Amino acid sequence: MPIAARPARRAVLLAALAIPLAALLAPFNSLAQTATLSFTLTLKDGAWTPQELEVPANQKFELRVVNAGTRSAEFESKDMRREKVIPAGQTAVISAGPLKPGSYEFFDDFNPKARGRIVAK
Amino acid sequence: MLATAVIVFREVLEAALIIGIVLAAAVGLEGRGRWVGAGIAIGIAGAGLTALFAATITASLAGAGQEVFNAAILVVAVVMLAWHTIWMAKHGREMAARARGVAAEIGDGTRHVRALAVIVAAAVLREGAETVLFIAGIAASGEESVLGLTVGALLGLAGGALAGGALYAGLLRIPVGRLFSVTGWLVLLLAAGLAAQAAGFLIQADLLPSLGEEMWDTSFLLAEDGMAGRVLHTLVGYVARPAGAQVLAYGLTLLAVGVPMLLLRQTPARHRDAVPT
Repeated sequence: MPIAARPARRAVLLAALAIPLAALLAPFNSLAQTATLSFTLTLKDGAWTPQELEVPANQKFELRVVNAGTRSAEFESKDMRREKVIPAGQTAVISAGPLKPGSYEFFDDFNPKARGRIVAK
Repeated sequence: MLATAVIVFREVLEAALIIGIVLAAAVGLEGRGRWVGAGIAIGIAGAGLTALFAATITASLAGAGQEVFNAAILVVAVVMLAWHTIWMAKHGREMAARARGVAAEIGDGTRHVRALAVIVAAAVLREGAETVLFIAGIAASGEESVLGLTVGALLGLAGGALAGGALYAGLLRIPVGRLFSVTGWLVLLLAAGLAAQAAGFLIQADLLPSLGEEMWDTSFLLAEDGMAGRVLHTLVGYVARPAGAQVLAYGLTLLAVGVPMLLLRQTPARHRDAVPT
């Protein structure tokens, strides 16, 4: 086993791994992008307001999720593929869409009885 | 109590399955139990800290703190899993000899076990932080008695641990000669799935273009919130409605880790003197 060759090969391998990962994280500059469309969902006493939120289809939007309750919640939507823990009293901002027309369920993963849906039209 | 148990179980399950795979992948490595134990302990401590500073993390980086934090932990896990896979491709035969009880010198085995500890710590930290926040919330709200909460949490923890243990026991039934080939593929898919999860968080924070918000929808075949969907989500990164960037992250990881894994697997010359199976 040529001992000297091994670290060099490892370095090449690490580089081969690091490059795609770096590429994955590269577009950090889109941070400044401002979402024009914003909607608010409020969770309080185990219920969402509004329980059904209408948003325009095929358009990106920002979801402001307010946890007005007294304990942590986790906004989750398998349909929209979103999840975010929101400590009590905090507001979480989530980028969502563009959604195809249809109904998208969401819930509080820490209290799955609290459910609502987003309807994209 | 039952609701608490179910939620804790779901959080623990993902970490437990990852620990099950890591333990099986490290059979025969010296210090395996110690380092995996250390990984769990560090993960729990980290989970407590993360939960404590959850509000600060969520509010940081213009509201993207939580997503960036999760993505960073996932990427660390992916890098460690990648390193493990490649290391195993090179040392699998010595490891198999070791697992059979034949003494064998294994290259930088200690560093390898430490990488496994990092993977375990990352998994426990991520899932643990959510569990701590959930339990703390219920405890503070007084909605459930302390006894009910404790019993529920312990039941959930036991259930999750049992699932991880079952996966580990199942993997150990694989003949040693093939075990590390199987765990290699499992770890490869696990890494790809975690990379896709990381991409998902960055899309949610608007830091990564989705490249197509919904590439396809297989939720009618297998819902992601069912038991099978959840397990497959953890093990192979199943997503019912993946974004384009997630599919790309998955594919790139498969290539970046899978190709070196296959190329570095024992050369034919060394295979010939391997133990016949």
